[in-house]
Amino acid sequence: MNVYGVRAIYTFEMSRARRTLLQSIVSPVIATSLYFVVFGAAIGSRIAEVEGVSYGSFIVPGLIMLMLLTQSVSNASIGIYFPKFIGTVYELLSAPVSYFEIVLGYVGAAATKSLVLGVIVLATAGLFVPLHIAHPLWMVVFLVLTAITFSLLGFIIGIWADGFEKLNIVPLLIITPLTFLGGTFYSIDMLPPFWQKVTLFNPVLYLVSGFRWSFYGIADVGVGASLAMIIVFLTLCLGVVAWIFKTGYRLKA
Amino acid sequence: MNNDADATLRHADLDTTRGSRLKGPVGQPVVSISNLSKTYDSGFRALKDVDLEIRRGEIFALLGPNGAGKTTLIGIVCGIINATRGTVVVDGYDNVTQYRETRSRIGLAPQELTTDSFESVWGTASFSRGLFGLPKKPAHIEKVLKDLSLWDKRNNRIMTLSGGMKRRVLIAKALAHEPRILFLDEPTAGVDVELRHEMWNLVRALRATGVTIILTTHYIGEAEEMADRVGVINDGELILVEDKTALMRKLGSKQLTLQLQSRLDGIPDSLAAYDLELAADGHELIYTYDTTAEATGITRLLRDLKQTGIRFKDLRTKESSLEEIFVNLVRERR
Ligand SMILES: Nc1ncnc2c1ncn2[C@@H]1O[C@H](COP(=O)(O)OP(=O)(O)OP(=O)(O)O)[C@@H](O)[C@H]1O
Ligand SMILES: [Mg+2]
Repeated sequence: MNVYGVRAIYTFEMSRARRTLLQSIVSPVIATSLYFVVFGAAIGSRIAEVEGVSYGSFIVPGLIMLMLLTQSVSNASIGIYFPKFIGTVYELLSAPVSYFEIVLGYVGAAATKSLVLGVIVLATAGLFVPLHIAHPLWMVVFLVLTAITFSLLGFIIGIWADGFEKLNIVPLLIITPLTFLGGTFYSIDMLPPFWQKVTLFNPVLYLVSGFRWSFYGIADVGVGASLAMIIVFLTLCLGVVAWIFKTGYRLKA
Repeated sequence: MNNDADATLRHADLDTTRGSRLKGPVGQPVVSISNLSKTYDSGFRALKDVDLEIRRGEIFALLGPNGAGKTTLIGIVCGIINATRGTVVVDGYDNVTQYRETRSRIGLAPQELTTDSFESVWGTASFSRGLFGLPKKPAHIEKVLKDLSLWDKRNNRIMTLSGGMKRRVLIAKALAHEPRILFLDEPTAGVDVELRHEMWNLVRALRATGVTIILTTHYIGEAEEMADRVGVINDGELILVEDKTALMRKLGSKQLTLQLQSRLDGIPDSLAAYDLELAADGHELIYTYDTTAEATGITRLLRDLKQTGIRFKDLRTKESSLEEIFVNLVRERR
């Protein structure tokens, strides 16, 4: 195992974030505050409670998930897309690092960054509403697994993309809608029966639901199903990454 | 492998540093390329059954016109491009199945100026060392940066450097992990004359410590100056691999130029047997002869000239350069 190699990649990626530290902290804090003003205060005041939890508190897990998903994908995709774009990927390909080590470095750094972000969002939310975390350990498990899974997805997108347009289009056209329609800001009980069924095909629903359960003990779907869904998704992403490296897809001519 | 041979070599060598990092003796193949072909996805055949052995400790110059396949060949050896067919063995290890072994021995300075604009010179060189699996060693990075005249710029962001400096940053990155085999893809493109000579000295110094160097260049004078052996690649085919001096002796021709006393309109029939041409509007007669031939034919020519009544004021000879040899070789193939 090339530990120094993994560390070099990881540190490089983390220092990239440090250069834009202010931006990476301030923007999620502002975004979270805005969501609270709009959903929590303006709309939330008209929705009394969801399953015994105040609406403001109810949306916290969803909000964190929203940030976690989008940031994991964008961090990881840019992390690997950029070296490809400017050509410095030659060094990665000519170095004695295994595929696993490359993924560990890039995905590890992207996941770390989004985890830090998740904690910041959580802390910001704590300023607006009282927080209650019923199963802290499970909360961490969901947080970490989601960060890793979606960083992997971002890594895949970064390799697949051969232009900035493609890099942006997946998060914009797929991740964001799935998140918004995945019960981030509502319980699916609030939907008409037909749409409830449709929503069950949305993988993000399972993440949000499981995560919310770790806070308040309430869930749209069973916790087991949530966990299973993440694992399936994680395995799928790992499979794709393995295939990418095996074939050199979009990395090697 | 050849530990005994290595030991003998070291004893035999007065300079103890030379060859000290080698696994086998100087001159044995350290990179063996067999039957290597590359067809890009576009269907373009960039390499056609290339066989090449690079010898340990030599400076090998790979020459060829634009698009000949030099960068493709280097890319395959270093692991950046997948070969379509064929094998590459580096220091006894297969470059696909035992890539860790091969890649940790190889340093590559690519042709394209691809750098992380926001990184510092020091940072990017240290990154390379780590990436290649080695612990930090500031003293080594310092030496490399000093050797490449980059020490003053160590804290500069790469985007604030000139093109020639960026080229040297790429070489510094390639040397950061103390490779035994160094690929330099057009190392002196865009580097000024003075620094180019410094760079040649650096390459020679590296060779003296046992590093094998493979370089490509379009400055043929550079190959003539530096290389032990020369390979010429054209249209994806390796058309020649030869010891430089032998090559120049073998393919090199000499020219004898005679300045005539009176102008000639054409070459007289009596001299048709000689390889003659008229130049300077008929005021000069040029005789091209083969240096490897047993007799140059000069004496006979001078005698025949006298008989024909052609007189000359002065004469001079000129040897063809590697550049002319190269141009002729490539032109022949077109
Ligand atoms: N990714 C690619 N896809 C398709 N064709 C390619 C690709 N890369 C290189 N080629 C083609 O392969 C041929 C060899 O290219 P290569 O870069 O190896 O040439 P070179 O000898 O290094 O030339 P130069 O002296 O200009 O650097 C060229 O015709 C080039 O167009
Ligand atoms: Mg090239």
